[in-house]
Amino acid sequence: MAKVLVFIDNPGQVLKKSSLELLTIARSLGEPAVALNGELHDDVAAALGAYGVQSLYRPSAADLNDYLVGPKASYLAAAVQTADATIVLTENSAEAREVAARLGIKLGAGVITDVVAVDPDGTAHKSVLAGSYTTAAKATTPVTVLTVKANSVTPEPAVTGTAPVTSTVRVPDTAAAASARITARNEKPASGRPDLAEARIIVAGGRGVDGNFGPLEDLADALGAAIGASRAATDAGWIGHDAQVGQTGKTVSPQLYISAGISGAIQQKAGMQTAKVIVAVNKDAESPIFEIADFGIVGDLFQVLPQATEEIKKRRG
Amino acid sequence: MKIIVLVKHVPDAQFDRHLTGEANTTDRTESILSELDEYALEAALQLIEARGGEAAGHKVIALSMGPAGAVNAVKKSLQIGATEGVHLMDQALAGSDAAATSLALAAAVRHLGAETPVDLVLTGMASTDGETSLVPAQLAERLDLPQVTFASSLELDGTRLTARRDGDAHAETVEATLPALVSVTDQINDPRYPNFKGIMAAKKKTITTLGLADIGVDPSQVGPSGSWTAVESAEARPARTAGTIITDEGDAGIKLVDFLAAQKML
Ligand SMILES: Cc1cc2nc3c(=O)[nH]c(=O)nc-3n(C[C@H](O)[C@H](O)[C@H](O)COP(=O)(O)OP(=O)(O)OC[C@H]3O[C@@H](n4cnc5c(N)ncnc54)[C@H](O)[C@@H]3O)c2cc1C
Repeated sequence: MAKVLVFIDNPGQVLKKSSLELLTIARSLGEPAVALNGELHDDVAAALGAYGVQSLYRPSAADLNDYLVGPKASYLAAAVQTADATIVLTENSAEAREVAARLGIKLGAGVITDVVAVDPDGTAHKSVLAGSYTTAAKATTPVTVLTVKANSVTPEPAVTGTAPVTSTVRVPDTAAAASARITARNEKPASGRPDLAEARIIVAGGRGVDGNFGPLEDLADALGAAIGASRAATDAGWIGHDAQVGQTGKTVSPQLYISAGISGAIQQKAGMQTAKVIVAVNKDAESPIFEIADFGIVGDLFQVLPQATEEIKKRRG
Repeated sequence: MKIIVLVKHVPDAQFDRHLTGEANTTDRTESILSELDEYALEAALQLIEARGGEAAGHKVIALSMGPAGAVNAVKKSLQIGATEGVHLMDQALAGSDAAATSLALAAAVRHLGAETPVDLVLTGMASTDGETSLVPAQLAERLDLPQVTFASSLELDGTRLTARRDGDAHAETVEATLPALVSVTDQINDPRYPNFKGIMAAKKKTITTLGLADIGVDPSQVGPSGSWTAVESAEARPARTAGTIITDEGDAGIKLVDFLAAQKML
């Protein structure tokens, strides 16, 4: 059976939903193993067992977080060799993709990013050119490296749990030699809302919110949604850059994307047009966002959104 | 300083983009300089201008790999202000994946650094066609250079480079020593446009064309034979079409909730 190695970088206290998705996919492809970087908390250890992980690898070096990408890729390459894995799965974040990129070169392995589904034979499905094509691609090398987008499968624990066998993987001494050092790290305050990349529902605002995300936040809270933004809104400093959706922000494919006060420029569409359902609220009936909206409202977001929020609360009594 | 900026010729996203041929490669007929590479070019120009520019012996080399048309990306870079252009072109390169692309580009960078060393390789954060962001990291791996990717600011003090990165959970400050590979985001600067003077000056600048033989790469190492991934099938997704559009008559918020309820989104 194929050995499938899932890379989980700094899981924190609990495993993210996207990590559980990776473990679920791993089980469908073969025997799941995990290469972990960072601390292993009890909850995480329990989840790994519940998801049927057979082997758990941890690095011999504790300072991988002090460098940019290079040493993590060295560690993961060593882990792949130790585990004798033929498929490697990581999340699709910018950093994980770069770890995958360098791992690919180290192992002579093909790397496929933005994957949304994996067939049992390792064929990976994704969409390209801003969602205008769906493709099936395969690595032609002995090892396949895939970075998988969040929300690709429904996480499911294994029928029978496991007690993973833990071993330490030696990180080569030279791993950090030609790497940039991270000299400062500022944690961003947590919003309490779902993570944008993983959210089922996103309420996104653009220049039309005119500095006031309040009505969007109220609606997002009523729907349990994450907040997104256009570049015009992040450039204006009304919300952090990490909320940006689009070509140079995040690519999201939620069940529902509510776009408010966003014109729908090509770079914004590039990040959201694979959403299952798109709702747009915009004052200007000519806005390109209406070309792709399933439900469009020509109107003032400051009227429409609060009314919708009230109505949702009312119906829920 | 000698800076190489990678510039890619990509299909213009304003128009419909297509995959063509058996290998499902990108159709490059209506192509332009990748917008995201303009930020890398601007960053390079600012670095050398702050040090006396070309007059002080500093150079910005725009390097593009691609078919004949890709020379346009190099020309535009020269008009914007790059000092020299290099076009890596070879029939065998067509259909290269990220791994094969990074192999060829790494060989080209080594070739260009053979006489005087390259201090910095600068790239955009992603190409606007493939958007994988794999190539910068793979190039750093192949050239054994520190990678400083997704830089939203860049400072250079002697050979000490400091950059800011805006990650998901945290913002980071990153330091490396030259030579290094840096990719920049669209947050780093406001790229300049070519002006009349630049367009005239570009006519006198040299563009060197390199083939695989010049950089010591065997044709089997690139293109489909050198690639480690293959696209097996591609399907055009039906374009999204507009749904119901209503004009607010004072109750659109309620209609929105009706719609969400009908979609089982509540
Ligand atoms: C290299 C590059 C990368 C880029 N990357 C991204 C990216 O990742 N993401 C992104 O979003 N953009 C990106 N952009 C920018 C993109 O081109 C657009 O400029 C941007 O998306 C516009 O944001 P907007 O729609 O909020 O603003 P605008 O285009 O100004 O639109 C604002 C809209 O709000 C409407 N409006 C105003 N007031 C109200 C109101 N009270 N109620 C309802 N509607 C109202 C207006 O009718 C208008 O349609 C990028 C651009 C470049 C060049």
